[in-house]
Amino acid sequence: MDKIDSDLLHEITDLEGENFEGAYNIRKNGKGIERKVTENINIVTKKDVSGIDIYVKENTKFEIVHIPVIITESGLNDVVYNDFYIGKNANVVIIAGCGIHNDHHKDSQHDGIHRFFLEEGAKVKYIEKHYGEGTGTGKRILNPVTEVHLKQGSTLEMESTQIKGVDSTIRETKGVLEDNTNFVVTEKIMTHGMQSAKTIFNVELNGKNASTKVTSRSVATENSVQQFESKVIGNTECFGHVECDAIIKDNGRVIAIPEIIANNVNANLIHEAAIGKIAGDQLMKLMTLGLNEKEAEEAIINGFLK
Amino acid sequence: MLEIKDICFSRDNKKILDHINLNIDTDKFVVITGPNGSGKSTLVKIIMGIQKPDSGKVLLEGKDITNLSVDERAKLGIGFAFQQPVKFKGITVYDLLKLSSGKPINKNEACNILSKVGLCAKEYVDREVNNSLSGGELKRIEIATVAVRNSKLAIFDEPEAGIDLWSFQSLIKIFEDMRKIVKGTTLIISHQERILNIADEIILMKDGKVETKGNKEQLLEKVLERPVCCKLEGGKING
Repeated sequence: MDKIDSDLLHEITDLEGENFEGAYNIRKNGKGIERKVTENINIVTKKDVSGIDIYVKENTKFEIVHIPVIITESGLNDVVYNDFYIGKNANVVIIAGCGIHNDHHKDSQHDGIHRFFLEEGAKVKYIEKHYGEGTGTGKRILNPVTEVHLKQGSTLEMESTQIKGVDSTIRETKGVLEDNTNFVVTEKIMTHGMQSAKTIFNVELNGKNASTKVTSRSVATENSVQQFESKVIGNTECFGHVECDAIIKDNGRVIAIPEIIANNVNANLIHEAAIGKIAGDQLMKLMTLGLNEKEAEEAIINGFLK
Repeated sequence: MLEIKDICFSRDNKKILDHINLNIDTDKFVVITGPNGSGKSTLVKIIMGIQKPDSGKVLLEGKDITNLSVDERAKLGIGFAFQQPVKFKGITVYDLLKLSSGKPINKNEACNILSKVGLCAKEYVDREVNNSLSGGELKRIEIATVAVRNSKLAIFDEPEAGIDLWSFQSLIKIFEDMRKIVKGTTLIISHQERILNIADEIILMKDGKVETKGNKEQLLEKVLERPVCCKLEGGKING
């Protein structure tokens, strides 16, 4: 693993070197290059398609799984299918993410299709970070698909971040929730230049007392464009809250398309969306604290995307 | 330490400030009072640089700061608490206090400041400065952002505006306490008797002019005769 590899890994995992705690699988340029399993977490290579199956034993407590992907080969189109089977009452943190380094003219693309199957009472915190870098004209493209199936009493909290360097992304997240389940999604996206980002959420609240909270915070700068589509369907006594907040700068554009569908009289669904430039009074307050306009703007955006 | 020289400011053919001249001394607690529309807020905004005067000068410790930007004035030691505290999504109380102090502060120091403005620090330090906080809580945090700076000149634009009676009562107490602990000059716009009562100097403005100024003993009675001022009696504000 060279410096570019470890820098990419650092960007998407916040860890120095490869000191992963717990189980992990590192994928580089379409192939698994390092793997560790633990007593409670097994990782198996898929036979039919490229990807892995991750099995977490029931009652596993507070273990971490890292499954980072790095791409340094220009022109590569990597598609991976990763399935997570989380046993009853297990409680784990899963850290995924993809970093692309592209110094050449060909496009590099990674499509990660992640499916989560949580058994009764399981709890997962899923963190994914997407990042791109490099001097080439080839685009860095990331199209993650996340599918979440929650059985009774299980919860999944997902944090998804894309701050820099990804030219094009279409992010699809789907949730199917049974009784007493909770699916929380927090997404943070910042786009620059001519970048485009599209997010599609689709959550079906099928079980009694199923709930979801989707929060999207995005910043579109320069000539970039973002689209946020969300669809929450309440089929029973359930609760859904979608919040989309966006800051636009320069010629940045944001489109928010909400859709909430209540198919049951006891479904309680809320959608909030706000798009606008940085408020002048926010800039002014920070300037009275001694920050110049540029520093104030950065502080506001950093806080917003924190 | 602060000199206002012949400041004029008009908007829409209306004179908002009409040849204002003032001298504010070091380490004094000065209250500006007067009816709505008398130009008080515009004057303090001109001192902070938020508004630019049409003519006249502002001098801080003898230095002409009229053409300096807001952040340059902040760096020279002017602090400003807004009448309507600003909210930020994602920025916590601790983040804001770190930005305010301009130097690294740890959570204990941030908590100390919050305690001084009457907030139970541990409950607030990690909360976002957003709509989840009440008007009174936001006011106190706003005051804390100025208190943490150890400003040479701390300006408070009507801190009592827009808060409920109970929050207001404890807010007054904060200013009474701050009077004892905060060093530097304080310039505060207020209509409240208890604030006026702790002033070294009172400036009464009317129709964009300084109608009169003087020490508390000279002016308090005169100011309190006016309907603009509020007395606090038996838990009610009589204004």
